[in-house]
Amino acid sequence: MAVTMVDIPDELTRPGKGRGLLDVYDHRFLLKLLVRKEIKVRYRGSVLGLLWSYVKPLMQFLIYFVALGIFLNLQRGTPNYAIYLFAGIVLVNFFTESLGNATRSIVDNRDLIRKIYLPRELFPVATVWVSAAHFLPQLVVLVGACLIGGWSPSILQLTAALLAFILVAVLATGLGLVFGAANVYFRDSENIVDMILMVVTWASPVLYVWTMVERVMGPWYWIYQLNPMTVAVEAFHYAFWYPTLKDDQMATASMPPDLVTIWLPLAFLISFIVLFIGQFMFRRLAVHFAQEL
Amino acid sequence: MTALGHVAISCSNLRKQFVLRHTRSMKEAVVWLIKGRKGDLSKKFLALDEVSLEVRQGETVALLGLNGSGKSTLLKLISGVLQPDGGSVLTRGRVAGLIEVGAGFHHDLSGRDNVYLNGAILGMTEKQIDEMFDSIVEFSEIGEFIDTEVKFYSSGMYLRLAFSIAVHTDPEVFLIDEILAVGDEPFQRKCIAKIKELAEKGKTLFVVSHDLDLVSTVCERGVLLEHGKIILDGEVHDVVAELRSRSAEPH
Repeated sequence: MAVTMVDIPDELTRPGKGRGLLDVYDHRFLLKLLVRKEIKVRYRGSVLGLLWSYVKPLMQFLIYFVALGIFLNLQRGTPNYAIYLFAGIVLVNFFTESLGNATRSIVDNRDLIRKIYLPRELFPVATVWVSAAHFLPQLVVLVGACLIGGWSPSILQLTAALLAFILVAVLATGLGLVFGAANVYFRDSENIVDMILMVVTWASPVLYVWTMVERVMGPWYWIYQLNPMTVAVEAFHYAFWYPTLKDDQMATASMPPDLVTIWLPLAFLISFIVLFIGQFMFRRLAVHFAQEL
Repeated sequence: MTALGHVAISCSNLRKQFVLRHTRSMKEAVVWLIKGRKGDLSKKFLALDEVSLEVRQGETVALLGLNGSGKSTLLKLISGVLQPDGGSVLTRGRVAGLIEVGAGFHHDLSGRDNVYLNGAILGMTEKQIDEMFDSIVEFSEIGEFIDTEVKFYSSGMYLRLAFSIAVHTDPEVFLIDEILAVGDEPFQRKCIAKIKELAEKGKTLFVVSHDLDLVSTVCERGVLLEHGKIILDGEVHDVVAELRSRSAEPH
């Protein structure tokens, strides 16, 4: 028997010892396929297909505009309230979908994880990408509404929006790693996440304005501001809602001080710490995924 | 066995213990902690006990043993799905397996999409799949159904496609658990021929199967496991004979 030794690596390696999120980058082709699979599967058998992703947020926006803005007359206190609300909601939607699905991703892919070794970080990361794909149509609707409202953003404001989006993705990935791994051992994790997601909408200035919180919390307002989601939502308001206001409206509506200079970098720092802890925990727990699932 | 290469798989003093845990809720764990950890929350079971084994490149090894002897556990340790509790495993080059045919299949995707998805799961690059695609489809005999959703496939078609992807992954070390062949008889013969072809090309094969006659034709070396320990390692026919005489004895 002739043994051909072409391209056979010289070193022996330890199977199943990954480099965490760095391995996900090496497997980006598989990541792409996993993301594409989820998107394809979501709209299987539907005639309108991807169009549904545009119709639903559009409907949601119209409801806010008519019911909350006009009927409840919230426009009076907050000009362009529908845009204000929608800008926050789309970002929170992205976060809740990412984190909720990332938490379930390991358990949902148990058939694969039990049989084949893959960098397990692929699954939570893929869910965040899928959520990003679902976020895009909502962003289109938001931008459309803003343009109708006379939107003229500066470069700084657009950059802030992009950074806020990345911020949320990092935070959701970090928390997704923590709860996705924990969910393998304790299915309570899903319920904890459901609770977090319920709180998130109300713990950030999505439905109300930040000044209402400042009035109540006074000198302790910075605690509220430490939540990266709060900063991200405010950055979205800064990018999408604020530039639609007329000059006289801008006088009444103010953005939180030091948002871009202090709070945004600080929120990034917090999110990266969460990501780092998440990766550390995930790697510790991932060793026993296959036997615990 | 001639001209064997470097070590492809090296296991030393491998130990794997399973915890048979009954609870999946935090409440029970907390109650157990409060009660001062009384009683055992879990039962332990030693699946592999000080297993040492070396496989060289180009060897074809059959892992034999009765149910529960630790064969699949050893295979999973080598593939990296499980991590050992003691000892170490080292492998050279890419390890892939016919461990569970079709584990990465998604029913709502077409055969074509599944070839790419499953190929990538088994560690192939986009370029490799592109190159292999026609060969995969041809081997599977799926033909024009390749663009049909997999859920409409017959179980035979499904297995044939999955098997075809797996044998085309072209790793250095091939792990095979139970599925040496799928489908009807002509296709099974094709599977066996393909696996023999891989062996002749100098691929390292590590096979778990209960089909003793079949493994003796495919493999040269046999390793017999019993209760997580290696009790015999030698020429495949000797090992098969030993296993047969052991299983004939009343316990």
